[in-house]
Amino acid sequence: MSRDEMSALQGKRLHKIVEYVYHNVPFYRNKLQELDIRPDDIQTIEDIKKLPFTTKKDLRDNYPFGLQAAPQSEIIRVHASSGTTGNPTIVGYTRKDIGVWSECMARCLTAYGVTRDDIFSVAYGYGLFTGGLGAHYGVEHLGASVIPAGTGNTEKHLKLIRDLGITGLACTPSYALYLAETMDKLGIRKEDIKLRVGAFGAEPWTESMRQEIEARLGLKGYNIYGLSEVMGPSVSYECQMQHGSHINEDHFYPEIINPTTLESLPAGQTGELVFTTLTKEGMPVLRYRTRDLCSLLPGTCDCGRTNVRMGRIEGRSDDMLIIRGINVFPSQVESVVLSMPEFAPRYMLIVDRVNNLDTLQVQVEIRQEFFTGVFDTPAAVDQLEKKLAAKLKSVLSIAAKVQLKAPNTIERSQGKSAHVIDKRKL
Amino acid sequence: MTIHQLSIFIENRSGTLIKVLNALKEAKIQIIASTIADTAEYGIYRLICSEPMRACEELKNANIAVALSDVFAVEIDDQPGRAADAVKIFSEAGISIAYMYSFLLHGKGILIFRTDNNEKAASVIVANGLKSIDESALTSLV
Repeated sequence: MSRDEMSALQGKRLHKIVEYVYHNVPFYRNKLQELDIRPDDIQTIEDIKKLPFTTKKDLRDNYPFGLQAAPQSEIIRVHASSGTTGNPTIVGYTRKDIGVWSECMARCLTAYGVTRDDIFSVAYGYGLFTGGLGAHYGVEHLGASVIPAGTGNTEKHLKLIRDLGITGLACTPSYALYLAETMDKLGIRKEDIKLRVGAFGAEPWTESMRQEIEARLGLKGYNIYGLSEVMGPSVSYECQMQHGSHINEDHFYPEIINPTTLESLPAGQTGELVFTTLTKEGMPVLRYRTRDLCSLLPGTCDCGRTNVRMGRIEGRSDDMLIIRGINVFPSQVESVVLSMPEFAPRYMLIVDRVNNLDTLQVQVEIRQEFFTGVFDTPAAVDQLEKKLAAKLKSVLSIAAKVQLKAPNTIERSQGKSAHVIDKRKL
Repeated sequence: MTIHQLSIFIENRSGTLIKVLNALKEAKIQIIASTIADTAEYGIYRLICSEPMRACEELKNANIAVALSDVFAVEIDDQPGRAADAVKIFSEAGISIAYMYSFLLHGKGILIFRTDNNEKAASVIVANGLKSIDESALTSLV
């Protein structure tokens, strides 16, 4: 498709989606009316600049279904991702959405060189997280054999990779390295397995990680990008060139903005990535601010695809962390700590990577007033630790190691990264 | 019949214990006995001292996580087997001892222990003629 044809298609779809949300989502109707915008004012893709932005906070304020456009009877699946506080972000999908998602995912796999002859293992988490089911449906849509391995049980997974002659793998890049390490431990050599394609994403990774994964697993590793607020994995994907990720821009229209001034930035400049869903029915979003910092690559790709590419994610314009592929906001930890009077409202997240697996430690201060005579044994203190760890696990979806600190030992400082020490070298 | 023990939360890193001891030193509190129950990351420092109520306030003022716990102090002869005799009495009465430590004071053994049932423990002490020491007696012995 030529660029002109793409722009024309995007313009047409943008008009339609604005009209759709105007009539189906009070939140957007109010926002548009405030700006005195009618759906008919939006005719070409350039008109997108007139539209208001959507933020994670908007999703939180309208929890759980406030931004849903389709009636519940049309929703056939719901996923949830981390919210900035206790409430997760809820995303509902219609049957058509699942179809578009599967199609976009199949495009990613095709770009990686996957065909219906492949046996493809999905080792993303299945469940509320979009990674597992998103990749799964794409593999099925393409017609390859899907192995729903999920996460955990690494030894059994490796046995299947070897015995079934699995050729494709979708997981986080750090899990791919963990697989390689477990292979070494079990004495499985890369000559013993048939892996040839990897779809790696859900967390940022580096070129040197790619080289290491490719060398140790004997495959070619491709980036996959996505976020549940927009769809899930398959928003963009690398091609054989491994130079930037092509965006499925007939469904997800990308913009790069200056996160401070909110002005649009031209191709090549790094800023915050913003997406508008052009075809989504369940929960469409207009100009959703991803908080991911990257650039759109100028020029066309040698692979022949004309859809625009995005560069590597270079950082975040907020304090979100990605730990074992799961989005974690320090404010989520804060909401848990504040809910327990035993602890002072101070905390510190210490993130590290040990043997290629991310670890999260949460330090909290015992509050003087709540340290009573019952805490004269380590068992009693351990119980308090466990109570906090269980609450954190339910809110964060990943396990955190709790470390109790004496009163006034965690530094109280200002600034957004004041609550986080990230020791990972990315 | 119980006496006050200070239970103090200290992290397992250098400088935490001395912070507690310095606060006690400045308050002119005398330590009679102490023990630390430790884990990999923190410890509960238990101590018997002069003026435990004041000591607790002073430590709180120094921003230390401290609490008062009720424990028993029982005097035994400094002879082999006396500790076993004392503990056997509680064991036979079905009283669990959460923790225990001991020290010598003027040629007498002092057992400090916490039970899961202080009322019952007190009556067992009386019924068996064990010599329990109260706080004023203990501090005046020093």
